[in-house]
Amino acid sequence: MTPHGGQEELEAQFEQWRRYVLRRRELQPSDADELEDHLRGSVDELVAAGLSPDEAFLVAVKRMGSLDELSREFAREHSERLWKQLVLTADAGGTVAGTRSRRDLWAMLGCAAGAVLSVKAPILFGLTLADDGPFYARNFTIFALPWLAAFLAWRRAARRQVIAILVALFAIGAVAANAYPLAEDSQSVVVTGIHLPIALWLVVGLAYVADDWRSSRRRMDFIRFTGEWFIYFVLMALGGGVLAAFLFNTFQAIGIVPEEFISQWLLPCGAAAAVVVAGWLVEAKQSVVENIAPVLTRLFTPLFTAALLAFLVAVAWTSHGIDVEREALILFDLLLVVVLGLLLYSLSARDPLAPPGAFDKLQLALVVSALAIDVLVLVEITGRITDDYGSTPNRAAALGENVILLVNLAWSAWLLLGFLRRRTPFAALERWQTGYLPVYAGWAWIVVLVFPPLFNYA
Amino acid sequence: MKVTKDLVAASATPMVLGILAEGESYGYAILRRISQLSGGELDWTEGLLYPLLHRLERLGHVESSWQSVAGERKRKYYRITDRGLAELAEQRRQWDTVVGALKEIWHDRVPLTVDPLEGLA
Repeated sequence: MTPHGGQEELEAQFEQWRRYVLRRRELQPSDADELEDHLRGSVDELVAAGLSPDEAFLVAVKRMGSLDELSREFAREHSERLWKQLVLTADAGGTVAGTRSRRDLWAMLGCAAGAVLSVKAPILFGLTLADDGPFYARNFTIFALPWLAAFLAWRRAARRQVIAILVALFAIGAVAANAYPLAEDSQSVVVTGIHLPIALWLVVGLAYVADDWRSSRRRMDFIRFTGEWFIYFVLMALGGGVLAAFLFNTFQAIGIVPEEFISQWLLPCGAAAAVVVAGWLVEAKQSVVENIAPVLTRLFTPLFTAALLAFLVAVAWTSHGIDVEREALILFDLLLVVVLGLLLYSLSARDPLAPPGAFDKLQLALVVSALAIDVLVLVEITGRITDDYGSTPNRAAALGENVILLVNLAWSAWLLLGFLRRRTPFAALERWQTGYLPVYAGWAWIVVLVFPPLFNYA
Repeated sequence: MKVTKDLVAASATPMVLGILAEGESYGYAILRRISQLSGGELDWTEGLLYPLLHRLERLGHVESSWQSVAGERKRKYYRITDRGLAELAEQRRQWDTVVGALKEIWHDRVPLTVDPLEGLA
């Protein structure tokens, strides 16, 4: 029997060895258990042969050989472990994280079911998707997003005041979507239809940052969340499309046309549930899977920069003015949104302490060329201001957005330049973007709430 | 003398299945038994044994269970299954053929242990 002190020291050494083993992705806790038992067997034998626990441990570890080789052998049998997998339900271990992820799963299922019920509830009041399409189009985000917000608020254990604010904002959204007497073919319906989801998404953001809504880091997390959520949602939508196509074609082959089922049940319910499921996936996967949005950003930043520069060169070369006759402003708004997105998602994935590099220069080029194009467009518009540009809700909203994005990008370009010249820290850029989020929310709410009466419900 | 890596790898499965056919066992004991059977000549590493045990488990030749020994210490015991016994019989048939052929060539009458293979190393 070894002295008590030596035993304690030995346990500490086992603990340290175990941590070292668990750093290998090929070796899982159960392997570590098994190998530890092996090591202990080896140590016991050496101690019985007369070595001190310390020496026995060293010899036993040495005999086991290098961990590199061991994990290589394990990897050959367990190659799947090199692919990170999402564990939906915890293993039998019953760890704290496991119970947490199971509770999340149930909360998510509850919220998704709630979203599905919300989508179908209006049927009770005689509103069917077939006859009242516009009603559903106006309200879809009001059916689905509160449930996503509820899930996030639950996860963050939001305080009562925050929950009250969330409920109030969603209620205001519901009123804005339904109370104004907007004709189905009016411009205001379209403008509200675009801006209400933005406003409500930022309400979801409030739920996301419920635990610390002033923190710039938390807001950046919400930006990351948004990008990943969007990607998961699109992926699920693609899967849903394939499912619907199969359902339709297979049932059609036996003489049943499931069109009504697909268009009135599968698609709306699936979309509403997917809103919540995507949010849950991002939360569950955030530490498991590399974020995709920044990867796409890396791919597309050079391509968009090249495209914008080519466009600028073409404008200068042909000296052809940009035609802003119709709804072109919206196109250029979208361009700014894309550029802003590229900027945001590379910011979100950047190490704040890394020194400025080539990619930052590329980004500056992207932002500056987008700004140059937008200035050209604005010059063109002011030239025609006599044309009463902005007299319709469409144009006023598009112009407002353009100004908001222009201000954001112009200041971003300035900060980027400062960062490249090592005058301003990277954090300034991050704070600027996260601090700007309420501006989008404010504008979206103005458009939704003030524009319809302002333009006489046109 | 050292048995080559290839030969160790080739004989690993029948060796482990054969030992487990004697009764359930665990990693360290299996390794000790192999060392004992070969007079310390067979050099098995943990990197060979444990992935092999996991592979046999995946193929359904053995099954495992965690049992606690000496307080909090957990040990994973392996037990051979019917499939494993069938596999062992098949492997044994093949090895008998190989060993028999080698013995014919060498006109050797040494009992069936690893000794006839000594010439290969």
